[in-house]
Amino acid sequence: MTDSKYFTTTKKGEIFELKAELNSDKKEKKKEAVKKVIASMTVGKDVSALFPDVVNCMQTDNLELKKLVYLYLMNYAKSQPDMAIMAVNTFVKDCEDPNPLIRALAVRTMGCIRVDKITEYLCEPLRKCLKDEDPYVRKTAAVCVAKLHDINAQLVEDQGFLDTLKDLISDSNPMVVANAVAALSEIAESHPSSNLLDLNPQSINKLLTALNECTEWGQIFILDCLANYTPKDDREAQSICERVTPRLSHANSAVVLSAVKVLMKFMEMLSKDLDYYGTLLKKLAPPLVTLLSAEPELQYVALRNINLIVQKRPEILKHEMKVFFVKYNDPIYVKLEKLDIMIRLASQANIAQVLAELKEYATEVDVDFVRKAVRAIGRCAIKVEQSAERCVSTLLDLIQTKVNYVVQEAIVVIKDIFRKYPNKYESVIATLCENLDSLDEPEARAAMIWIVGEYAERIDNADELLESFLEGFHDESTQVQLQLLTAIVKLFLKKPTETQELVQQVLSLATQDSDNPDLRDRGYIYWRLLSTDPVAAKEVVLAEKPLISEETDLIEPTLLDELICYIGTLASVYHKPPSAFVEGGRVSGPPLAASSVQMGAVDLLGGGLDSLIGDTSFGPPPAAAVPARLGAPTSSGLSDLFDLTSGVGTLSGFYVAPKAVWLPAMKAKGLEISGTFTRQVGSISMDLQLTNKALQVMTDFAIQFNRNSFGLAPAAPLQVHAPLSPNQTVEISLPLNTVGSVMKMEPLNNLQVAVKNNIDVFYFSTLYPLHILFVEDGKMDRQMFLATWKDIPNENETQFQIRDCPLNAEAASSRLQSSNIFTVAKRNVEGQDMLYQSLKLTNGIWVLAELRVQPGSPSLTLSLKCRAPEVSQHVYQAYETILKN
Amino acid sequence: MIHSLFLINCSGDIFLEKHWKSVVSQSVCDYFFEAQEKAADVENVPPVISTPHHYLISIYRDKLFFVSVIQTEVPPLFVIEFLHRVADTFQDYFGDSNVGDTLPTGQLSNIPWRRAGVKYTNNEAYFDVVEEIDAIIDKSGSTVFAEIQGVIDACIKLSGMPDLSLSFMNPRLLDDVSFHPCIRFKRWESERVLSFIPPDGNFRLISYRVSSQNLVAIPVYVKHSISFKENSSCGRFDVTIGPKQNMGKTIEGITVTVHMPKVVLNMNLTPTQGGYTFDPVTKVLTWDVGKITPQKLPSLKGLVNLQSGAPKPEENPSLNIQFKIQQLAISGLKVNRLDMYGEKYKPFKGVKYVTKAGKFQVRT
Repeated sequence: MTDSKYFTTTKKGEIFELKAELNSDKKEKKKEAVKKVIASMTVGKDVSALFPDVVNCMQTDNLELKKLVYLYLMNYAKSQPDMAIMAVNTFVKDCEDPNPLIRALAVRTMGCIRVDKITEYLCEPLRKCLKDEDPYVRKTAAVCVAKLHDINAQLVEDQGFLDTLKDLISDSNPMVVANAVAALSEIAESHPSSNLLDLNPQSINKLLTALNECTEWGQIFILDCLANYTPKDDREAQSICERVTPRLSHANSAVVLSAVKVLMKFMEMLSKDLDYYGTLLKKLAPPLVTLLSAEPELQYVALRNINLIVQKRPEILKHEMKVFFVKYNDPIYVKLEKLDIMIRLASQANIAQVLAELKEYATEVDVDFVRKAVRAIGRCAIKVEQSAERCVSTLLDLIQTKVNYVVQEAIVVIKDIFRKYPNKYESVIATLCENLDSLDEPEARAAMIWIVGEYAERIDNADELLESFLEGFHDESTQVQLQLLTAIVKLFLKKPTETQELVQQVLSLATQDSDNPDLRDRGYIYWRLLSTDPVAAKEVVLAEKPLISEETDLIEPTLLDELICYIGTLASVYHKPPSAFVEGGRVSGPPLAASSVQMGAVDLLGGGLDSLIGDTSFGPPPAAAVPARLGAPTSSGLSDLFDLTSGVGTLSGFYVAPKAVWLPAMKAKGLEISGTFTRQVGSISMDLQLTNKALQVMTDFAIQFNRNSFGLAPAAPLQVHAPLSPNQTVEISLPLNTVGSVMKMEPLNNLQVAVKNNIDVFYFSTLYPLHILFVEDGKMDRQMFLATWKDIPNENETQFQIRDCPLNAEAASSRLQSSNIFTVAKRNVEGQDMLYQSLKLTNGIWVLAELRVQPGSPSLTLSLKCRAPEVSQHVYQAYETILKN
Repeated sequence: MIHSLFLINCSGDIFLEKHWKSVVSQSVCDYFFEAQEKAADVENVPPVISTPHHYLISIYRDKLFFVSVIQTEVPPLFVIEFLHRVADTFQDYFGDSNVGDTLPTGQLSNIPWRRAGVKYTNNEAYFDVVEEIDAIIDKSGSTVFAEIQGVIDACIKLSGMPDLSLSFMNPRLLDDVSFHPCIRFKRWESERVLSFIPPDGNFRLISYRVSSQNLVAIPVYVKHSISFKENSSCGRFDVTIGPKQNMGKTIEGITVTVHMPKVVLNMNLTPTQGGYTFDPVTKVLTWDVGKITPQKLPSLKGLVNLQSGAPKPEENPSLNIQFKIQQLAISGLKVNRLDMYGEKYKPFKGVKYVTKAGKFQVRT
């Protein structure tokens, strides 16, 4: 007998008939009827009217029938909450059934019924099931805790289920362990600050044992959990690696990738001289390659991760170039990723093969792919010097095809090749100029204009060419306009006699007829420069440019290290840290545009401070030099005002620490830096004092911050108006903002700074007082305060003593207020003054405080509550600093 | 984890939705449709899409999209693997018709992948060693890239709790292997024997990859000449297939498919063997060759009609070749013996080998 027949009845009065059958005395008939009901429900008919009759069938010892009734309940309980209560008793009874299958089924179903009234009744049975003698019931109950947490988090915490769940990590059964880890991971997602999965060597051992025996899905959770653990030494790291390695041979690709993550992370701790280190490297290649023969969707995610892995440890896949060769029927998203990895793996040893492939791809049909292949050829030229010549000739061949988009891409990359290998391939300029008319994309036009300007002295009709572009100046995109302006100024400086008229024309177009501020400002700068000192103009505009390297498209090392820890997650697919797109475990909006990442990708340690402003791969005038000498075009009026006040000191009573020496002269070739931090009318600044204790003049100052906990970053370049002579001191106020890249630092308020001058790049780190981050609108409404105070769990509360501070409540309150700590309410309890205060950090974290002032006692008691308790210590320090000064 | 799942058919109807937490409105799929429109071809829809409040992770299987909605950071591979498993289950359950004949039931046992109390009157264990050759052959006929993707699929119908050991004549070939969870990894590491208590029914025991270039034999060669004349509305097409390293076995089930350039209007060809079709809409040429008899090599020749006035196509079409060789694992892998412990009866055992073309492409 088959079950398909249930789906075929179409009789009239069906509900009525079903009702009668459900209430039949015969067991078989009842079961048939429930099956018919489920079939109707499945195809979308409304059979909710049968709710009481179906629930009546629940009391049966037939497992199949029970399952069907439960299925019905899960579907209709939400729409019939009052009736669902009728089923509660049976659930509670089923949770004590002698058959473990029924116990588990009951607790599982109750977790799936998202009706508030029911969840209350769920607690007792759930508590029993979590301690059930049968592992199948315990493992089901573990997941049920996570489900319940999603419906009512408070209830789960109040009932102590989280602790029970933590205990289950040491359960004797691997499936239970795996599900407990899964449930805790899921709960931790919505509680990012909580320490739910606190691991120690014992629990790690439990997890590793469970890893071998639990289901594939459980293995993923366990591996991801292991990856968050920090082994105490290299021996522990090795022993964990040894036990994780067999997972690389698992058929489930998610298990494989999670294992790769653990290994990549722990490898960091192993010494490279170790034999084991080499063995591990060899073991990583085959599973990664195997991922590429899976379904295309899996391949895509694998490739995004391999992209990170080859940047971190190129040696793993250096012999596997061929598996990344593109097949013509790969989906486009796979093709593009493969191409990226091919370039990362390109080396002198395999470049001939790679180029042959790329040339093949450049004749394919898909436009996006062809474009990327052409670009890839250019990147190869830049990466592998020996291949540059062959790459250029390949690009010229491609230009000969006259396929419009191929020509344009080729010109864009040839421009980069010129930058990388000056005075080598300029002979091809003539060929490029032939294609001038066919360029219709801004990037290609801009590239061509750059080439004409840069090599104006070698191109006879450079002025004619540029003039032809000038005709439609206002219809061009900004990119092209800026480039045209620069190119004509270059041309003028090289051939001043014939081009005076042209340069006048472009300067007036840029400054008078344009409403684009960037264009206008650049126009004015050139104009002033040319009119005041043509020699200086020549030095600035025609200065030698730093060479570009392939590094430009590599991920910045600290970000890369962070992303390696997120292998296999969404972060690894987007190549952005989770903080960039996941807020408090919730996805918020699409990832930032690519440009902001590139900002973050500027490398503090790569010595690439020249790249601070502008994109190095493109050639605006020597950008680093201009703002340093002419003042920062980006600084706003506000921060200029601020310059005036900063020397005067504190206007509003905000406490500013005296300047301390951050970088002693002996560590920085004679440059001494001392400084402090202030906050005025909503803007933060870093007040610096630079002293030249060397014997030579210092120029070309620039500053950069490493990523830090609150995203502090300079809001304007460092302005040192004149060269700093020996023994001279200059005071500078550097405006800061908090929109930089975020990375949690240890300690939290640690800031790593790089300062550059004409001599070298220097690094130092300093701690900033947290109160510079207290914002002006940090006063919380009273009701809100009460509710929030209650809502934050008690374990997040920390208490501190502030000794030797004989202030009364009034004085303390007003002093704190000038540093943006606001008193929300005041109460007198048994002679003590209680101040309830709130403050908000620039990243939106609220801190609530209770400050107890006892008349006659020099000590104050401070209780802090915050959802991110790690800031409490620093807030306490801020309190102490403010109150005592 | 996965918040909701939507199933969408080729014409864009959302015909099934499942919500594990609160209900997410169907309108979230609009972002998916947008991406689908942009992708032009259904196979090119990116598997991970971000929307203002969710992430959509999807797979495309059997003309259906499985679109999952994600709200928190999850391993995307976890989700994709899971979706494929859902698709597998549907395929198992629904088969070709709409509704399967039995509703699945499960029973508890100590081993998660095998239910207790399995009983058969005929106890049988079959293994299929299936190898697929993925290769890219360049214009001149030399191999750009080649590897073998192998699997051993099992069909086990054995009563009770049988414990099996499968050994190979040449286990050294298997250095990059993915195992079904039932396999005891330690035994493999130390003795190169596959030791396992099998799941009941059909399952994939291992998959493996053999890639060392010289190990990969290429069983067929293709001679081709496809040319388009400048300023003329026609071109010539000439393809011949012959056996190469076929280990003395017959190559059969050969099909050649070619995506011709857009400007191709029609093709007038003559096959020496088999039949061909050309779909003027998708521009796909399919030549169903059959098997190769070395005495007379199959060929397909003739004229290509181009759209008049259109420029000569830039790209050269690749040839996609399918074939099959029975009773041969091209890597040379051979099963040595299968032993059973833990049960008393004598099972019937069998091993079958087959080699097929995977993604086998010849550039022209």
